[in-house]
Amino acid sequence: MAKNENVNIEDLLVDQSKFDFRNPETYAYKTIPGLNEKIVQEISEQKEEPTWMRDLRLKSLHIFDTWRDPRFGVDVSDLDVSKIVAYIRPRAKKSTSWNDVPAEIKDTFDKLGIPEAEKKALSGVGAQYDSEIVYQNIKKELENLGVIFLNMESAVKEYPDLVKEYFMKAVAPTNHKYAALHGAVWSGGTFLYIPKGVKVPLPLQAYFRMNNPGMGQMEHTIIVADEGSEVAFIEGCSAPYYEITNLHAGMVEIYVKKGARVKYATIQNWSKNTYNLNTKRAIVDEDGIMEWVSGSLGSHKTMIYPSSILKGKGAKTETKAITYAGPNQHMDSGSKVFMFAPYTSANVDARSISIGGGWAFYRGWLKIGENAKGAKASVSCQALMLDNESKSDTVPLIEVYTDEADVGHEARIGRIKEEQIYYLMSRGLSEAEAKAMVVRGFVEPFAKELPLEYAIELNRLINLEVESSIG
Amino acid sequence: MVEFKSKIYKKQDSGLEGGKVMSALLEIQDLKAKVRDEDVEILKGVNLTINKGEIHALMGPNGSGKSTLAHVIMGNPKYQVTSGDILFEGQSILDLSTDERAKLGLFMSFQTPEEVEGIKMRQFLINSFRNIHKEDKITLLELNKVISELSQNLDLNGEFLERYINTGFSGGEKKKSEILQMGFLKPKLSILDEIDSGLDIDALRIVAENINRVKTEDMGILLITHYQRILNFVIPDFVHIYIDGKIVKTGSEELAKEIEENGYSTLEQEMGITISEE
Repeated sequence: MAKNENVNIEDLLVDQSKFDFRNPETYAYKTIPGLNEKIVQEISEQKEEPTWMRDLRLKSLHIFDTWRDPRFGVDVSDLDVSKIVAYIRPRAKKSTSWNDVPAEIKDTFDKLGIPEAEKKALSGVGAQYDSEIVYQNIKKELENLGVIFLNMESAVKEYPDLVKEYFMKAVAPTNHKYAALHGAVWSGGTFLYIPKGVKVPLPLQAYFRMNNPGMGQMEHTIIVADEGSEVAFIEGCSAPYYEITNLHAGMVEIYVKKGARVKYATIQNWSKNTYNLNTKRAIVDEDGIMEWVSGSLGSHKTMIYPSSILKGKGAKTETKAITYAGPNQHMDSGSKVFMFAPYTSANVDARSISIGGGWAFYRGWLKIGENAKGAKASVSCQALMLDNESKSDTVPLIEVYTDEADVGHEARIGRIKEEQIYYLMSRGLSEAEAKAMVVRGFVEPFAKELPLEYAIELNRLINLEVESSIG
Repeated sequence: MVEFKSKIYKKQDSGLEGGKVMSALLEIQDLKAKVRDEDVEILKGVNLTINKGEIHALMGPNGSGKSTLAHVIMGNPKYQVTSGDILFEGQSILDLSTDERAKLGLFMSFQTPEEVEGIKMRQFLINSFRNIHKEDKITLLELNKVISELSQNLDLNGEFLERYINTGFSGGEKKKSEILQMGFLKPKLSILDEIDSGLDIDALRIVAENINRVKTEDMGILLITHYQRILNFVIPDFVHIYIDGKIVKTGSEELAKEIEENGYSTLEQEMGITISEE
């Protein structure tokens, strides 16, 4: 009897080639590697910041210097912050027209399909190259409705009071060591304000590209969705591969006001030399809805736990997350939900795929406070291991301090069933195609949350276009 | 009776055409097989020839290894052939993987079809068709039309095609889904493994009708069953009694009726064998 031939593992790996192109290492200005008060002062001066922001940076630096690393998650011992260049300003101005973006930088975003997506399916785009936004634009009619969509530096200058009210208020520098690092050297990112009752019809997108080796990208994103407003925001990121370590320590703070609705989707595809230590948190008021769609595909090591604090009565949150851990990847990802008000509800569906020795670790924390009477929560985590070298762990922590909550939890760790593959092969699919189909099906609940173009891109990413036959 | 006899002679004649011997569709020669990494033999020397267009019923008590034969023909990696051969259109297929066998034109309906979440039936059908029939002249629109027709005939509603592969299907839906796939993928040989089990009489009739409908003149069928019931609808050319890893008796559809009336145990005395019902 023919033993079905082994699958070429390459066929199932995420295809990085599309993202792995380098531009020359040009820049207009950069700091020396490392982190100290002088460097932080320098960044603040470059950005001509108000005193409160400079003080926040210095305070954050002090916290970073004195705090220890988190005692969980990925091993960061080979991350040497003294070798990371914290700030690199590209040779480009902040533009609102692609025509004003220097050719080689525009070329990068063309290859990533950003201007095309903007024309077809988006309400606006922000594009960051190294440490600064080089392009940001939103449709005129939304601007006329009072939507603010600006790079963070401009927002700090043009809307100082508004920014000050929200900047690092959901995540304080004391949250963890890398939140403090971010506070000290943050650069770029988006400030988005949606006025009361405004519903943004198409998603807005931010794309973050690191081009220079050995740098840290630390963009800061704030979304304020005022009462009854609605917006969907997509975040994409990538970088070419280098032998030396890059660091991404971004931060996302979202404020969902009464009855507002925010959907935040991420497709993270950093190169395999990147440490991705990211913080995302939303504060949700009465009847507000926060949806996280979180795809962690790239990077060498990742720690990411999109969090929702349900503060107002009837607030809701939903998280759909997919984590992909390939060769030499350790992905520590998950979800945090804090329910502090009555009749709040939460739904978490987290899935991971590990392959080729990758390690996917789910870390979840659901806390239901004593005031959250009538709260409903359901957490499901599923892990799929595609071979015997790969690893998967699940640590879901659930704390409930009221008797009147309805909590469900489900966890499954498994491998693809041989019977499944045999069944699909009996319908003419090769072993690789059959495995790819099972993986595609596993990812489906996540993929269907994305706009079609991105879902297609995701499928392409997971390289499901495998050889039509083996042997 | 007369009608039956004429039929069987016709079929036997069909092996000869203009004096030349045609190769059989499927030829199983003294096939022995076991579960991989185990010692116990399950197939103990099976001989069976199926020509184009013929319907063969394989009947036997539970635990006799009928399904194993189906899986071994399809190349299930769980089993290992220890001796003998399987020829498909004259070529040995023992070295071929399951998908390669499917591409040659073999099809098997599963007793318990696997569920695959996240992939819609329609997508699965089209994907399989494109893999097996390596041609893209038939448009998606045309394929969808065929799928719709087949599912209507099987009394499967439109929403069925948008559901994930076998996920949450009732027992009847699973069986119908297998026949839908058989009809759509147009194999040369269909192995139907207990397609009748667990069906009520209405569902059985629909399934049987559609087997007859999608069977082309040239398609061979190996119908594996425990009961004679389905053979009232799908009329076999040959009935084989399969006991303990071997075909012990071959006859007409009358043989199936005898078994239905008297049970397999009457064969014990006749053949001098022991049947272990599990």
